Amino acid sequence: MTELHFPAPELVCPAGTPAALRSAVAAGANAVYCGLRNATNARNFPGLNFTPDELGEAVEFSHRRGVRVFLAVNTFPAAGRFDQWREAIDIAHRAGVDAVVVADIGVTDYAAETYPALRRHLSVQAGASSVEAIGYYCDAYAISRVILPRLLTTAEIGGICTAVACEVEVFVFGNIGMMAEGRCSLNSYATGTSTNMDGICSAACDVRFEQEADGTTAARVGPFLVDRLASGERAGYPTICKGSYSGAGGRTPYYAFEEPRTLNLIGLLGELIAAGARAFKIEGRQRSQAYVQEVVSAFRSVLDSVGSTDLPHPVLDHVAEAGRETHGAFGGKRWR
Amino acid sequence: MAVEPSESIALTLGPLAFNWSPTAWRDFYFRIADEAPVADVYVGEVVCSKRSIFTEKLYPPVVNRLATAGKRVIRSTLATVFLPGDRAIVAQLCSNPGELVEANDVAALFHLRGRRHHIGPFLNVYNERTLEVLVRQGADNVCLPAEIPADVIRRICTAARASGATVEVQSFGRMSLAVSGRCYHARAHGKTRDGCQFVCDREPDGLLLETRDDVPFLVVNGNQVLSFTWLNLLGAIGDLRRAGVTRLRLAPHSCDMVQVARIFRRVADEDMSGDEGIVRLRAVAPDATFANGFLAGRPGHSWVG
Repeated sequence: MTELHFPAPELVCPAGTPAALRSAVAAGANAVYCGLRNATNARNFPGLNFTPDELGEAVEFSHRRGVRVFLAVNTFPAAGRFDQWREAIDIAHRAGVDAVVVADIGVTDYAAETYPALRRHLSVQAGASSVEAIGYYCDAYAISRVILPRLLTTAEIGGICTAVACEVEVFVFGNIGMMAEGRCSLNSYATGTSTNMDGICSAACDVRFEQEADGTTAARVGPFLVDRLASGERAGYPTICKGSYSGAGGRTPYYAFEEPRTLNLIGLLGELIAAGARAFKIEGRQRSQAYVQEVVSAFRSVLDSVGSTDLPHPVLDHVAEAGRETHGAFGGKRWR
Repeated sequence: MAVEPSESIALTLGPLAFNWSPTAWRDFYFRIADEAPVADVYVGEVVCSKRSIFTEKLYPPVVNRLATAGKRVIRSTLATVFLPGDRAIVAQLCSNPGELVEANDVAALFHLRGRRHHIGPFLNVYNERTLEVLVRQGADNVCLPAEIPADVIRRICTAARASGATVEVQSFGRMSLAVSGRCYHARAHGKTRDGCQFVCDREPDGLLLETRDDVPFLVVNGNQVLSFTWLNLLGAIGDLRRAGVTRLRLAPHSCDMVQVARIFRRVADEDMSGDEGIVRLRAVAPDATFANGFLAGRPGHSWVG
């Protein structure tokens, strides 16, 4: 009888900048993901991302250390702007990246047709949350991997892993992402900037903090007040989906969608490996180099010890949003 | 000099997104069948598979009444598909080759690829290539997401005409802004999705969320988030027609949808000005705050006069 064997999972880490990429590699990343300096990726923020030259250097640097590089081209080009996304795929190919992370059907089709040998990972922005949806992308565009939306329990992820023809990657740390990714226009409704088309959600230029007379701080996205914080209260970065609102009839304000807190599945890694997840993703290309270093090191140490009796328990709540953590949907159906 | 005939505009009624009582649901469609000047009616639960049990038995009489009245019926699929129940419902709906289906999630495309179908507004069609790929796979009508601005709509229409598909744009009603695996209606009542007790049946047009400085902002409908404002593109019908849009979708609400359809029909037929239509629409939906900002590339909540 053969022993049950799980392939070593891949730790996929955020590289918002070349400096963050080096930190991630040093801290034990198996793969890093990054984006170009434009709307072709979902973290299109000023000061982040890579020029084509920097991407080439990043690939060389990483490959020399046995680390893979993925390029996120995971937004949705508006008609008339498709060339920029086509060019991003071309740049990825020229730079020798190990995979492109894609979401738009047109972009995915272009990549599959033009560079069939370039691995395609289906971005969480594609929102493929069922065996059938993943099957469609496997059949039509030969994707090698799917990154699952953060709405499934660990048991449901296990069901998907056994039924699909591609690898499965899951988020294990960072923004909780409770809305179906790639299908949210809350930000464009409030500010006119589209997460899908522009790769920006809650841009700094659309967010305002105002000191109120009673000592609280008001946080706005566009013209809309999304939260009001007591003096000294730890808050996450303001987004509409993590805002506090009141129901009609003067109901006490509450976090209508989700509290500001961070997904942390460091305690579930063993279960996720057993479920069949092939890669673990840390969110946070917009976060600091120190965040990358700390979170990647923590996950590296636990991944290296999975299965042993002496599992380390690194504490990460100080880098979590508002200092709070959750298992989100992964912990069970009660989150829904 | 010959004037190029502009395509006539068809009105469609989008799927009813809210959890109305089975009787209200059935009577709504009966009246639409008998009185509303709409060509196509999309019918189906798009928000939550748990609700399907209430209306399941009512489909045959409703579909029959609509078809008898000369309306084409298209079945809309769920926008989020991940639970076993979701997957089974989508598979079942797509299993009848005689039925025309609108796909609102890629799970439906898995079943529909290779045969004729429609693409719903919950699927992302933002550009020419995506449209062309989907048309090659069998789509012949695409209803665009609400956030797409007019210049992008025009380019997509050009590609659609070249590949033999039609383009549909929502023109009335609250805009869907997000969907989720989590039920925000249940959450508002301190419950979870599994134990929701169907509290989403309490507000026929969704549960209002106001900001902490009392500005109405969003509306919750099960696991869907909608705009507080109601989309109203009456004043843009001429522009949409010139862009190549041939189908305008009206999203059902608890106001008099027959009147809404009649107003849109008259404005589309140039039998009434857009301005007058807007005044009449205000009378039909007196509590609605209208918005049209997305079309102009502005924030979706805004009104561009």
